[in-house]
Amino acid sequence: MSEAALHRQRAAASLRLERALIALAIMTLIAAPFVVYPIFVMKMLCFALFACAFNLLLGYTGLLSFGHAAFFGGAAYFCAYAVKAWGWPPEAAILLGTAGAACMGLVMGFLAIRRQGIYFSMITLALAQMFYFFCVQAPFTEGEDGIQGVARGHLFGVVDLGVTMNMYFFVLGVFLIGVFAVWRIVNSPFGMILRSIRENENRAISLGYSVGRYKLAAFVMSAALAGLAGATKAIVFQFATLTDVTWQMSGEVILMTLLGGIGTMAGPAVGAGLVVALENTLATSGFPVTIATGLIFMVCVLIFRRGIVGEIYAKWLRRAEAGSNN
Amino acid sequence: MTMIFGIPIQALLGQLLVGLINGSFYAMLSLGLAVIFGLLRIINFAHGALYMLGAFIGYLLLVHLGIGYWPALVLVPLVVGTFGIAVERLALSRLYRLDPLYGLLFTFGLALVIEGVFRYYYGVSGNPYAVPALLAGGTNLGFMFLPNYRGWVVVASLIVCIGTWLLIEKTRLGSYLRAATENPELVQAFGVNVPLLLTLTYGLGAALAGLAGILAAPVYQVSPLMGSDLIIVVFAVVVVGGMGSILGAIVTGYMLGVAEGLTKVFYPEASNLVVFVIMAVVLLLRPAGLFGRDA
Repeated sequence: MSEAALHRQRAAASLRLERALIALAIMTLIAAPFVVYPIFVMKMLCFALFACAFNLLLGYTGLLSFGHAAFFGGAAYFCAYAVKAWGWPPEAAILLGTAGAACMGLVMGFLAIRRQGIYFSMITLALAQMFYFFCVQAPFTEGEDGIQGVARGHLFGVVDLGVTMNMYFFVLGVFLIGVFAVWRIVNSPFGMILRSIRENENRAISLGYSVGRYKLAAFVMSAALAGLAGATKAIVFQFATLTDVTWQMSGEVILMTLLGGIGTMAGPAVGAGLVVALENTLATSGFPVTIATGLIFMVCVLIFRRGIVGEIYAKWLRRAEAGSNN
Repeated sequence: MTMIFGIPIQALLGQLLVGLINGSFYAMLSLGLAVIFGLLRIINFAHGALYMLGAFIGYLLLVHLGIGYWPALVLVPLVVGTFGIAVERLALSRLYRLDPLYGLLFTFGLALVIEGVFRYYYGVSGNPYAVPALLAGGTNLGFMFLPNYRGWVVVASLIVCIGTWLLIEKTRLGSYLRAATENPELVQAFGVNVPLLLTLTYGLGAALAGLAGILAAPVYQVSPLMGSDLIIVVFAVVVVGGMGSILGAIVTGYMLGVAEGLTKVFYPEASNLVVFVIMAVVLLLRPAGLFGRDA
């Protein structure tokens, strides 16, 4: 068989495997609420979308934002406020939260992309901290208490989200749409340019791309999707608090992505599921969560940089290569 | 009472002093960050945790062993510096060939662990550390009342900053350090032990953070969270100053501390935002930072 034909065959096989895995994952998610506590799975889904949105920036554009909590928690505040103070229906409130996060992303991104590498991370962290202090003082966030008792309401005026299963399938829908959006962005010509910026920024510039604009666009998209996740979480848990805008939350989403696999499609979702499950377990054991989180960070950076999904993918690639050499 | 811009001069000078104290710690910490970054190309997120560690070791020495402030001023930097050397040897030295982002992530994890351990054993409430007897009380300067210890902090931090600056700019060791910052391979080829230099640099940076911690112990409450609140502001300071110059880091630290103090007088609500706002303005006007060479 010719080299090209072999290559095509392998590509087709990997596509079949990928589709089978996606179908399996969706079926598991549909069955999950009948087996596991649904609120818990909804929490996982919200964080999984958050991590996928974050990975769009870190994994595919090579920008490490240390301030994504501002978008996640900010959108939660906007959404909760719209429902509670103005009586907006859930779908409109979530869209408002997403749009608000996108606007914040535009401002923060505009400032942060003026510097590169490590400075970019520090700037995003500082700006997010500024937003945190703003939330502490601003009257609309209701300070330490947060916005409590947000009604779930009726989706499009019809579906009662107060019913747990309705809420669950709505969250699942939002999650799938969000992840599909990330997948679509990454696999578009635009996504290819983002990857070229990640690999070699100077070369992308010399090829004539206005790198700054691409980075900013990626930043805004990532912020908007993180906002979608945060706003949805506010509807699920019926509150928005300061916890979601702290720098610890920004660190948590980095950990989820790192643990699952930076720059892989499924990695961040897997990482988010694991971290949420771990925190749930630790919450009852009395062992401090920060120590566990910090240790996983250190271990991942030292010996496990590809993450779980990245590690599996690399192993699979090696096997495929060995197979084609025989 | 004398007034300036409708503010009593005593209140103005009082806040100016508070600003100068905060600025002293910004300067010492951003100096350490700049020294470490210059050679190791790592942003030490654990710097705030090391500062907290310094304050806590001082507190524990006093409570458990009865070792007072003055011996602690020598012991604490030694202990924290040794800890830093161990961290560099065991972990950071394995990350130099990678993207600098991994260094940031590792030290972030380290900071979480250090902070988590102290939170677990000592809770989040602050523990007071008494001002040493020699510096208790205050001096009436005629126009304002100066608590002696606060005056000492400003003087001590100036000594530390100028001392570190002289060490790097004027000594042989400092010249090796500067050379290794520019071109480590070449310096290694000349027979200088660069890996040792890297280890010592991180140790020195950690010791500086520890020293800042023990100096801070009598001013602020000794609490596990004292470092993480500070480190993010220090990052903003570093962005404003640019890490290209040691002197720049020091000057920016004091300047932003004073700016923060003055904001507390004129518009208190914005006092914890002002450093970040200044950072945003500097990014708009001078993206490379006030003293920065590289963008």
